[in-house]
Amino acid sequence: MTDLSVDLGFIKLKNPVLAASGTFGYGLEFSPFIDLNKLGGFVVKGLYFSPRPGNLPPRLVETPGGLINAIGLPGVGVERFSEEILPELRKYNTAIIVNVCGESNEEYASVVERLNKEEGISAYELNISCPNVKKDGLCPALSPKDTFSVVSLVKKSSSRPVITKLSPNVTDIVEIALSAQEAGTDALSLVNTFLAMAVDIETKKPILANTFGGLSGPAIKPLVLRMVYQVVSHVKIPVIGIGGISSGKDALEYLITGAKAVEVGTANFIDPETTVKIIEELKTYCQKKGIDKIETIIGTLKV
Amino acid sequence: MIKDPQALIVDKKNWKDYYLFSLESPGIASQALPGQFIMVRISAQPQPLLRRPFSIHSKEKKNIEIFFQITGLGTSLLSQKRIGESLDILGPLGKGFVTGESFQDKVIVAVGGGRGIAPLYFLSQELCSSGASVKIFYGGKSHKDLPLKEKFEKDGIELFCSTDDGSFGYKGFVSDFFKAELEKLNPSCVFACGPEEMMKKIAQITQEKNIPAEFSLESVMGCGFGACWGCVKKIKKNFKEEWTKICEEGPVFSREEIIWTEEEK
Repeated sequence: MTDLSVDLGFIKLKNPVLAASGTFGYGLEFSPFIDLNKLGGFVVKGLYFSPRPGNLPPRLVETPGGLINAIGLPGVGVERFSEEILPELRKYNTAIIVNVCGESNEEYASVVERLNKEEGISAYELNISCPNVKKDGLCPALSPKDTFSVVSLVKKSSSRPVITKLSPNVTDIVEIALSAQEAGTDALSLVNTFLAMAVDIETKKPILANTFGGLSGPAIKPLVLRMVYQVVSHVKIPVIGIGGISSGKDALEYLITGAKAVEVGTANFIDPETTVKIIEELKTYCQKKGIDKIETIIGTLKV
Repeated sequence: MIKDPQALIVDKKNWKDYYLFSLESPGIASQALPGQFIMVRISAQPQPLLRRPFSIHSKEKKNIEIFFQITGLGTSLLSQKRIGESLDILGPLGKGFVTGESFQDKVIVAVGGGRGIAPLYFLSQELCSSGASVKIFYGGKSHKDLPLKEKFEKDGIELFCSTDDGSFGYKGFVSDFFKAELEKLNPSCVFACGPEEMMKKIAQITQEKNIPAEFSLESVMGCGFGACWGCVKKIKKNFKEEWTKICEEGPVFSREEIIWTEEEK
């Protein structure tokens, strides 16, 4: 019997496989396909305080091995989420993590303060890294100073552990990671999407209405593995790897590199059963290698 | 909504760049309604990455059909699949056309432009079996763009064909042909699927004559089941205009619900 559980310090997950925010709806969209109870957890779609419409379409364009999205964080807002969706999510025995957004530091704090009153949430994932909501992909995670100020404010407001989701669109991600750690974040998730664009040669226009979008999918995995490697060797807090994970092998690459857990993103669109399949593949790998506890392979990269 | 990882390709027909696949998928076939669609995984490799949406073209017992035209890498690779191979499909997805007993003995018109004819065969199957008199307008650029003509004719459905170049049937746009014949046919309801400009015209014409109409919209889709929010169009519901997921709330909407995109200047 292989023990797939991983301990992030502030929360114990039954296995290291989470579903990533923005690719898993509010979770319930996947209940026709998989047993949500099997997951380590899932991160629900980013929540602002009020409902939001999101960006103009076209919002999606596929590139080789990748997907560029400029969805722009549409959503039901924190009130409707708490009243209508969260009661449904509480029925599941898995970690529910809420991705928290804000147009200002104060909005992040007010979303967290509202959610503090609700039961059944394991942690908050602070989305300071969405490239699709401000001009030129601006977001707090591009600067150590902005990262520090939003994380420290949210930590003060939060009654729950906070995971800070970083942006890859920076020169030195270690600097931002250290800033978030100093501000008191309990964990880091790496990374949000890569600022990207695609061009239509017939119309000579950007394909996305937003011009820019965020690239995800298998194409980004090597870039993110490098970032996870750099960050885990400099921080003391747990790191969650996100980027191009669609198989047990992909997940293992992140765990071996030092991520304590992973989030599966774009692959959920392609095969809604991906998360559960990855968990099975991790089990098979451990059994084959005679590994009793999956935690023992975390950070075993030989360099 | 079922995931069938092994829907067997049991038949395949081809006319130039148009293809008709018959897939054995008993679970999906048993639930499918006209206007609904499936998401097809083209490759296990990372390219093409996402599934592709296809209207359900027909159902017969445990089989469903999809009809498509090669428009890019996904459809090109799909066209190369052979009888005996299987496809990983999700479906049936979305909400379909309004059909049912209320159409008994009524004249119903469906207008298909190009590959937009795809869902209208299933629709006409269903409408005929509920006792409606179905007339199909089928438009294409040229004669070769009307590959399903014989299939409809074989079923005894009255067809009104048009081609932009006049190589077959009425010369001109299918929407103009529809307008010219409308008074004579006097339909109780109109359904349409095709290029947006065509559907816009059908919307205009049916509105002027005050005939109810439904349209099947097309969009790039990330997942097909409501998780990605990528496929939105502007839809009016309860007096509010909202970016609405085509995959979940559509792809079929009534004329009153659709906010057509403005023509670019």
